[in-house]
Amino acid sequence: MSRRRHSDESDAGSQPHKRRRTSEPIEIEDRLESLICRVGEKSTSSLESNLEGLAGVLEADLPNYKNKILRILCAVARLLPEKLTVYTTLVGLLNARNYNFGGEFVEAMIRQLKETLKSNLYSEALYLVRFLCDLVNCHVIAAPSMVAMFENFVSVTQEEDIPQVRSDWYVYAVLSSLPWVGKELYEKKDVEMDRLLNQIEGYLKRRQKIHVPMLQVWTAEKPHPQEEYLDCLWAQVQKLKKDRWQERHILRPYIAFDSVLCEALQHNLPPFTPPAHSDDAVYPMPHVVFRMFDYTDAPEGPVMPGSHSVERFVIEENLHCIIKSHWRERKTCAAQLLSYPGKNKIPLNYHIVEVIFGELFQLPNPPHIDVMYTALLIELCKLQPGSLPQVLAQATEMMYMRLDTMNTTCIDRLLNWFSHHLSNFQFRWSWDDWADCLTQDIEKPKPKFVKEVLEKCMRLSYHQRIVDIVPPSFSALIPANPVCSYKYGEEADSSLPGFAMTTTVGNAIKNRASNEEILIVLKDVPNPNQDDDDDEGDGFNPLKIEVFLQTLLHLAAKSFSHSFSALAKFHEVLKTLTDSDEGKLHILRVLYDFWRNHPQMISVLVDKLIRTQIVDCAAVANWIFSPEMAHDFTRFYVWEILHSTIRKMNKHVQKIQKELDEAKEKLEKQHNKKQRDSGDEEDMEKNSEDEEGQLEEQIERLQEKVESAQSEQKNLFLVIFQRFIMLLTEHLVRCETSGVDINTTWYKNCIERLQQIFLMHHVIIQQYMGTLENLLFTAELDHHILAVYQQFCALQL
Amino acid sequence: MSFKLNALFSDSYVDISQYRDQHFKGNRYEQEKLLKQSCTLYVGNLSFYTTEEQVHELFSKSGDVKRIVIGLDKVKKTACGFCFVEYYTRADAEHALRFINGTRLDDRIIRTDWDAGFKEGRQYGRGKSGGQVRDEYRQDYDPARGGYGKLVQKS
Repeated sequence: MSRRRHSDESDAGSQPHKRRRTSEPIEIEDRLESLICRVGEKSTSSLESNLEGLAGVLEADLPNYKNKILRILCAVARLLPEKLTVYTTLVGLLNARNYNFGGEFVEAMIRQLKETLKSNLYSEALYLVRFLCDLVNCHVIAAPSMVAMFENFVSVTQEEDIPQVRSDWYVYAVLSSLPWVGKELYEKKDVEMDRLLNQIEGYLKRRQKIHVPMLQVWTAEKPHPQEEYLDCLWAQVQKLKKDRWQERHILRPYIAFDSVLCEALQHNLPPFTPPAHSDDAVYPMPHVVFRMFDYTDAPEGPVMPGSHSVERFVIEENLHCIIKSHWRERKTCAAQLLSYPGKNKIPLNYHIVEVIFGELFQLPNPPHIDVMYTALLIELCKLQPGSLPQVLAQATEMMYMRLDTMNTTCIDRLLNWFSHHLSNFQFRWSWDDWADCLTQDIEKPKPKFVKEVLEKCMRLSYHQRIVDIVPPSFSALIPANPVCSYKYGEEADSSLPGFAMTTTVGNAIKNRASNEEILIVLKDVPNPNQDDDDDEGDGFNPLKIEVFLQTLLHLAAKSFSHSFSALAKFHEVLKTLTDSDEGKLHILRVLYDFWRNHPQMISVLVDKLIRTQIVDCAAVANWIFSPEMAHDFTRFYVWEILHSTIRKMNKHVQKIQKELDEAKEKLEKQHNKKQRDSGDEEDMEKNSEDEEGQLEEQIERLQEKVESAQSEQKNLFLVIFQRFIMLLTEHLVRCETSGVDINTTWYKNCIERLQQIFLMHHVIIQQYMGTLENLLFTAELDHHILAVYQQFCALQL
Repeated sequence: MSFKLNALFSDSYVDISQYRDQHFKGNRYEQEKLLKQSCTLYVGNLSFYTTEEQVHELFSKSGDVKRIVIGLDKVKKTACGFCFVEYYTRADAEHALRFINGTRLDDRIIRTDWDAGFKEGRQYGRGKSGGQVRDEYRQDYDPARGGYGKLVQKS
């Protein structure tokens, strides 16, 4: 049969398919999907011949499977942007053979575009717009109608009272399509296009860019300016225009079919009005273009396209799209990245490494979970063992050199990546190359970075390993041996208050005393805060906490599990001892004191204390900002703890909210059921009334729980911001009065940590903007601190 | 609009494997059901010297770890090269399968797989000598896993 022959042709070289003897519709549909998805992949036949073959197959299947084919093609347009031109060519060929199908496809695409915009799926909408533009190149859509759509897009910049991010998106949609279709549109409608570009230029000049500093990975302009994404794209489009829209990088299979395609009749896009702005609309946040390489960095081989060349834009877009499509499958993702079409003309490894780090360092958050990038880079090293590791090493070296101006959040991610990466390669690194950091103050970014990396490396291995891998000159940067510091040990001063009690308590614990028995034993511990003998001893007693917790932690010091068991077993005692805010703060102090050489242990124990409600999140925040913790304030582990604490709070609120929503849904279902079943026997009605009553009670309780949780959450952020403001104001005032420059290492770290709170938890914080503005970030605040708040607000305006 | 392209977007690291626990109390169907909902991972090919702390640090990269149970030799009650890692959410466990499985811990490539859930007793090796079955019969010398396999040692 002719179909099978065509299929064999287009399958040539791809994975063998089972020959289907039956023609079950489902099987045929799956096969169609597979054929369409796989076209363009490695094959023994040329891409052109595969496309030709596939077009033939699909044309033959149109009578029976038109809707399915439409849906598949719309889906690949939306989900496989890296293969854009392959599929536009395919649609072009189909349109040439079947004009009506071409028309129906265009209509379906417009419907899809409307839906994606209404559903806040802005990246997918972007790919659809780009696809439609490339269809102009394939003679499916008439250029003037595309220009008309662009005019409607750009007119969004004239709308009033809209968030800037809305008009940004529509401008971006136009500009980012020009590499593909600029030439064709200018050939047909140059006057209109010039007018469009002028309007865009005017918009770009007047839009505000307060948000930019908050999103830059490096604060320095050299060697590569960190440009706002629209500014960079505008420069690239300007350059493209100067080059008369000659674009040579994009793979354009339709050129080979020009004689066929130019015979096709074109369709006009229906007039497209951008959906109006609504309050639920969530537009993409602005971003800054990450650049770390230029043509001087790739020593041999093809030259890297300049930062304002449109090639650079297209390559980066495509690499981002590949990662977006394949991030779950790291081996496939690596293979797809390395088989980028046109790779022989560009220093592909450099582009890949730059794009990956660009995503990893993206502010506020990377598009995917951090650990994915580590795994992906390892796969890439496996596939290109002779070249990629060197590029990666070069990149790491460069980033080390530029640490002084790197955003603290990005330094965090860099050190997490680097330590995890090293642990996969026996910690091999030329540490001596970084000996310059040894002469610097240990709080400076470079030695600090090395110190934190070594600490993270130790967590993945053990102390002696770290001692072995670094040169002896680095000993000052080696982390402390993570052993506990028992205050009441054998060498301790026996006159320490409470010393005698520790033996009693220790024995009681070893003899499996119950919580009540322990509390009774502890009654004998005097309270240094009180002289009153009438007191029953139920108030805050720091010495009780000290004696009990130090002893308990000492007995359980062997492993995490031992410590967790200990905390669980004596939950009651701990809860009783920490019943006040002071108690909660003190337990954290004692914990820190005992485990100060083992930050990882502190972190996991704080986590357990929160989860078992011995301390609350606000107590942890207050502890971190307390004077006793000032010396560790710039250490990475402290911020790991704080962010983990905030996340726990957020998850807690989400969880209860979900329970409430589910209960409400259940009640609604009950109501509906009741209405349907009304008139049934009395018994059933009574039962359902009881159930309803219970549900309503449950909902009321949950509602209260949600409100209480949200209140706790708001309070947590207030505490954190308040403390930041206090610390920073103190520093600024002190510097001012003594005439010292405010920009100390500590200050940079602190103000960026404040930024980090906003960025990492921006979704939640947006809910509390009103309170924050009224209570904390008022006009009286020092402008340095207020600037952070204003930059944050600018992200979504 | 929610039309997915099955042909393309696979997530193979997250699929359940062929392994089924022979000691599982219940039938195949029940075991598979649990595997498909589980938040617990089995982790194998650990060094005997790998600590709970190291496991915690590595596996925390994919999400908050709820609990780690280090596998023990049934006789010696010392670590025998495997553990269970339980997350609070399945999504976090899935990330571990995608990005931590097949990478190194303590210089060894570790393997992770879905587990039906920790039950008391499952922390012990099931080999005759007390360790894992794989260490009974293997012929190679692995210094991080007690040297030669038990059978080789006895001969």
